Amino acid sequence: MTSLDQLFVNAKHLLLSVFPSSLRPLASILVMIGAIAAVAPAIMMYLTWIERKVIARMQNRFGPTRVGVYGLAQPLADGLKMLIKEDIVPRGADPLIHLLAPVLSLAPAILLFAVLPFGRNMIAADVNVGLLYFFAISSVGSYAIFMGGWASRSKFSILGAMRSVAQIISYEVPGVLSAVTVIMIAGTLKMSGIVEAQIQNGWFVFTPWGFIACLIFFLSGVAEVNRTPFDMPEAESELVGGFHTEYSGMKFALWYMAEFLESFAICAFTVTFFLGGWHGPAIPFWILALLLAVIMGTATLLSMPVRGLGALAMIGAGVLWGLQPIPSWVWFFAKTYLLIFVLVWFRGTFPRLRIDQLMGLAWKFFLPMALLNILAAGCWWFLGQSVAGWIVSFLILAVGWWLLIQANKPAPLQRRTYVFAE
Amino acid sequence: MALVGKGVLQGMGLTLRTFLETYPWGRGLLRVLGRSIKDGLVTVQYPDVKQQHHERFRYFPFLVYDGAPENLRCVSCKICEQECPPQCIHIVGPAKDEQGRPLKANGRTYPVKFDIDVSICMSCRICVDVCPFDAIEMDNQYELSGMDRFDAMNFTKEKLLKSNEYFQQIKPTEAGEVDQRLAAKAAKASPKPAGAPPQNPAAPTP
Repeated sequence: MTSLDQLFVNAKHLLLSVFPSSLRPLASILVMIGAIAAVAPAIMMYLTWIERKVIARMQNRFGPTRVGVYGLAQPLADGLKMLIKEDIVPRGADPLIHLLAPVLSLAPAILLFAVLPFGRNMIAADVNVGLLYFFAISSVGSYAIFMGGWASRSKFSILGAMRSVAQIISYEVPGVLSAVTVIMIAGTLKMSGIVEAQIQNGWFVFTPWGFIACLIFFLSGVAEVNRTPFDMPEAESELVGGFHTEYSGMKFALWYMAEFLESFAICAFTVTFFLGGWHGPAIPFWILALLLAVIMGTATLLSMPVRGLGALAMIGAGVLWGLQPIPSWVWFFAKTYLLIFVLVWFRGTFPRLRIDQLMGLAWKFFLPMALLNILAAGCWWFLGQSVAGWIVSFLILAVGWWLLIQANKPAPLQRRTYVFAE
Repeated sequence: MALVGKGVLQGMGLTLRTFLETYPWGRGLLRVLGRSIKDGLVTVQYPDVKQQHHERFRYFPFLVYDGAPENLRCVSCKICEQECPPQCIHIVGPAKDEQGRPLKANGRTYPVKFDIDVSICMSCRICVDVCPFDAIEMDNQYELSGMDRFDAMNFTKEKLLKSNEYFQQIKPTEAGEVDQRLAAKAAKASPKPAGAPPQNPAAPTP
């Protein structure tokens, strides 16, 4: 029980030892389902809080401050408000599909958590086709969006849903192709195997092909979960609310929950595939504990006893586990939330793309780049990861990048000459 | 494709700097990096922090009295009632005795009722401009919300009365001008009781 890294794994084993051995497999499944079902809504709620806080700071505002300290109870208030709102089904809508669509969009978002390696040995189902499972499940969401748009019987909804399907299908191609490089190098589709390969070979993002693949995979993921700047399906200036125009109350909240959980999953899978997963440099835990103690102690809006107790708890944890390295799950969540910050950062910076720009980016830039990237990864691997391999793969990518930008340059507008004006 | 270029990174740098400028540690970091910084947060946390408003800021009229609340300047001439564009002023008066003769307090007639509806008033200051007696002035209190549309929003004479000292305190420049004007008028009208306190303190009160 003393290992901080395996804290949750040991806790689960302790819990399972209560059951007779014949029930243990079933109990193990139920415990993991319960943990994911409890953690996923909590993650979603605080993703909304993080998003609102960060986007506010980027716009010189505070964000939520009134409900609870630092607005921390704001997600609870929002959830309560969503629950007690009226559930409106438009006249002429298909009520059954209208109800099923948000549920269907949430289900794959939570199912994705099953293959997320949250830490060493902390993966609910370490299936040997994990990566395939990820792509299969994450594309189910587009059905839900189209169902929601269709069932609403509204032109805004159906337009938004059609755009969404076009966008998700387009971006899945470069997304999958960029992840193919990971399969090539790691030699496995298993999530834990991919992370182990990165522990041995170094994080994939620090190789030329890995960097490009990471970029394409992450941006395709952003597009797949319909977040700014790719939030075409819900472009409010054009489509009111897109596919969820006709949704209200908890159904609307389910759409949002699915979107946030999917964006969390995209960040988490980018971390798993390219940023080393739960692997991190062996920094002793007391440094992190000290940092957290200082943050707790200097949080001026908290009351003095809370600050003192928090700081003391952190120092206690630091004394107890101080010499162990920072646990794997801390690394995983730290990296994932860093990527979530990047996601919000995108939203704070970029205006929405036009639909033709969106499709152009996927088909004219990401897709050829991902194909070239497979070539580069192959060269890198078969040249024995030597200096030559690095140079060759870098050259392939740099030349490819340059050529694609040249090829994609918009044709210069011809200067109009007025022949009869003179 | 202009999308894949330097502008993307520049834009992201700008938002990141704005983000950092709103935190003390972020400003410290930017200072270490040698960037010019400004205080990022522009929001005034209203109920906790109040913005210092200007002297000429106005919101809602009040009735001025000199010395005691009985000695109000309003003579119930009803010009403001007629001029008020949204018609939020309601005056009953001047006060009269049984024979129909106007009652006087401090040598002036006075209104029986003087109501202004806060929810209708549009802060235009026309009542102040038309008042020949400088009896009505604009206040700068703006937190006038109440739980009831008709009782809490309808400000009666008692609620509207505020002293000239208060006026001098909230708007020194304007109050000084008004005081000068009133003193000049009093001196011109009759040198005998000029600016002196009223002769009949035992004024009948309605």
